[in-house]
Amino acid sequence: MAGPIQAQFATSLKKYYSFYTGGFIAFVVVAGVLEQLGVSNKALGYLFFFATILLYAGIGFMSKTADVAEYYVAGRRVPALFNGMAAGADWMSAASFIGLAGTLYLSGYDGLAFVMGWTGGYCLVALFLAPYLRKFGQFTIPDFLGARYGGNIPRTIGVFAAVLCSFTYVIAQIYGVGIITARFTGLEFGVGVFVGLAGILVCSFLGGMKAVTWTQVAQYIILIFAYMIPVVWLSVKHTGNPVPQISAYTTALPKVSALEKEFNDKTTPKGAAEESVRAIFHERATAAEDRLKGLDAGGAAYLVDEKKKLQARVSELKVASADVRAIDAAERAVRHFPIDPAVARAAWINDREAATARAGPVKAHAEPFPVSGNTPEEVDKARGIAKKNFLALILCLMVGTAALPHILMRYYTTPSVKEARTSVTWSLFFIFLLYFTAPALAILVKFEVYSHLVGSSFTDLPAWVSNWAAVDKTLMNIADINKDGIVQLAEIVIGGDLIVLATPEIAGLPYVISGLVAAGGLAAALSTADGLLLTIANALSHDVYYKMIDPAAPTTRRLVVSKALLLVVALLAAYVTSLKPGDILALVGAAFSLAASAFFPALVLGIFWKRANQLGAILGMAAGLLVCIYYMVVTYPLFGINAPKWWDINPISAGIFGIPVGFIGVIIGSLLSPAPGREVEELVDHVRYPNQAGGARAMGASGT
Amino acid sequence: MELKQNQLAQQNLARKRGAYWNRNLWLTALLLTVWFVVTFVAGWFARELNEITFIGPLGFYMGAQGALIIYVAIIWFYAHYMNKMDEDFGAHEGEGE
Repeated sequence: MAGPIQAQFATSLKKYYSFYTGGFIAFVVVAGVLEQLGVSNKALGYLFFFATILLYAGIGFMSKTADVAEYYVAGRRVPALFNGMAAGADWMSAASFIGLAGTLYLSGYDGLAFVMGWTGGYCLVALFLAPYLRKFGQFTIPDFLGARYGGNIPRTIGVFAAVLCSFTYVIAQIYGVGIITARFTGLEFGVGVFVGLAGILVCSFLGGMKAVTWTQVAQYIILIFAYMIPVVWLSVKHTGNPVPQISAYTTALPKVSALEKEFNDKTTPKGAAEESVRAIFHERATAAEDRLKGLDAGGAAYLVDEKKKLQARVSELKVASADVRAIDAAERAVRHFPIDPAVARAAWINDREAATARAGPVKAHAEPFPVSGNTPEEVDKARGIAKKNFLALILCLMVGTAALPHILMRYYTTPSVKEARTSVTWSLFFIFLLYFTAPALAILVKFEVYSHLVGSSFTDLPAWVSNWAAVDKTLMNIADINKDGIVQLAEIVIGGDLIVLATPEIAGLPYVISGLVAAGGLAAALSTADGLLLTIANALSHDVYYKMIDPAAPTTRRLVVSKALLLVVALLAAYVTSLKPGDILALVGAAFSLAASAFFPALVLGIFWKRANQLGAILGMAAGLLVCIYYMVVTYPLFGINAPKWWDINPISAGIFGIPVGFIGVIIGSLLSPAPGREVEELVDHVRYPNQAGGARAMGASGT
Repeated sequence: MELKQNQLAQQNLARKRGAYWNRNLWLTALLLTVWFVVTFVAGWFARELNEITFIGPLGFYMGAQGALIIYVAIIWFYAHYMNKMDEDFGAHEGEGE
């Protein structure tokens, strides 16, 4: 790949993508005109959904290839800038695009663990991995483990870990695709999953990494526009400043903080109104607590008694001929009254927790580790735990970032070591654009809610509130608890995903921008799913089939196997997703901790410590992975074991134990067995010094 | 290609490589320290930092924006410095790679 040709290639890429961006803006403008002409919102939703999926499929079709290097690593000629955009889209998932601002809205400072963790990890990628892996220049991450440590065992563990964490993560993505499709087109969740999947498949199936790369660049452009436009508009509307990343802190945050104080101060009118709502929730929590106590004491007999009491109340109301609604409510209470002790217990614990949460004061948005307790010692202890978990989560997310194979793979695709380094800079820059906007968006929406929604009348709610409350109670739940006709903060429950989805409406933008946001969320989920599915299929086809089962396989057969596997994995992932497994954030967190524990120690020591050898790698990877899995299984409530936590660390940060065990495992295993041979030393030198030839080729691995 | 060179040239190469790798390690350690301080030290003392106002409360601002800007700067500096050092040491990849 000679310089001038590469430079020309970069120039024409810039031209293509400028045209593309212009075309996309024109498309949004046309859709806006259609809306003014009276085209329905649903039709616009379909338009955005199918137009973008067709676009991605089209790019995939144009990039179809039968060349191994193009299929696995996009021909290693993706310029740094474009590789950065592709990595950005690859990286930013549905969780980043839709969930992040919501998490920040709900948890304030403590949610910043995700912002820091998902960006700071790139420092580790840049300093420890990207340039060296690029110099190594093969096809997959298990490839490096196989060449560096020799034998099939490290490679096999690598394949297992790559498939495990990528599969966990891809389910979260496909879930996101299903949700967005269902919301904006009205198709059923399961149908949405498979339609979205078809778009992913056309792309990666025909052109592998090459197609995925060029589609991801296109997806990045859509998603960043979709994220920025509503936030900038909202910022202008509220503060008159078009830079939300500044206005949120200088204008909106001080007002939010002042309102938080007012809501918590019972002597102000707003504070008193809030207090009256909280008192009702406090009563409800106490009532639930009393029922739980009654259940403990009386068992099933207590339930029968209570139900009789409720029935008596219905008859009483009927005799007194109270108003119809009161009778209805009482009858409903009888119908829904749990008669099975286990069901009753679960329901009442749930009631108690929900009511307790809403009975508490407003948490200050900018305050780190807000905790409550009865004594100063209790507060200190709770704060210590919150702080520890905050930092542990950041570390796991960062190390996980630097160990997820679908991200590391992206740095195989640049033309040189130099471009790999520059490309990490671009990657983080493009990711940074979204991540430093999300906290600002959270503050701006909070400002809107605290200053405009709170205090408005229930008969005259803002349009966006009544719209979303009608669509989905889990996203927007608002009820006049204390019957004063005025909205109090404690009367609103907001689901995190609402923040990004509703911003266009809050900012008073036309529906077409909502369609754009949906397209952005879809782009984020699809691009990440693309990269992950390809990683899984490549690990199986390249590392298992080609490297271990049939090294003599001809090129065509390798690609056929890879594509067949891609199809199988994609269908399997879609099937698992359609079963709607648990909590998305838990799945994502698990993927990071698993990757961090399995890969990071063996990869980094493989480059920085020549003495590291096969036994060390096997021991370190297996031990790290096992400790991480063990801790998750015994502590995640999902698995039902609920063992005591180690040092109060939450299961999402299981990597905090897996990572050190991994490092210790590599070191002990290596020192217990003989130093690796001369070829390994040459390989490490090859990886360390950008101009040294040989190495991987001397090891008998196939050249590029 | 090294087999054809004489011993002196090889020793010279080894020395040059040692110097290159050492400088790389120092730079990596330095930047990693910066990374650690803005992430974990600033995170640990976030409540204390919030007493200071810089655009917003400093502890919050660091987590929401400050640390991120420094991360980008760290990676940019590393890429810039190493790419230049490759040329100084004549270690950049040749056309034949």
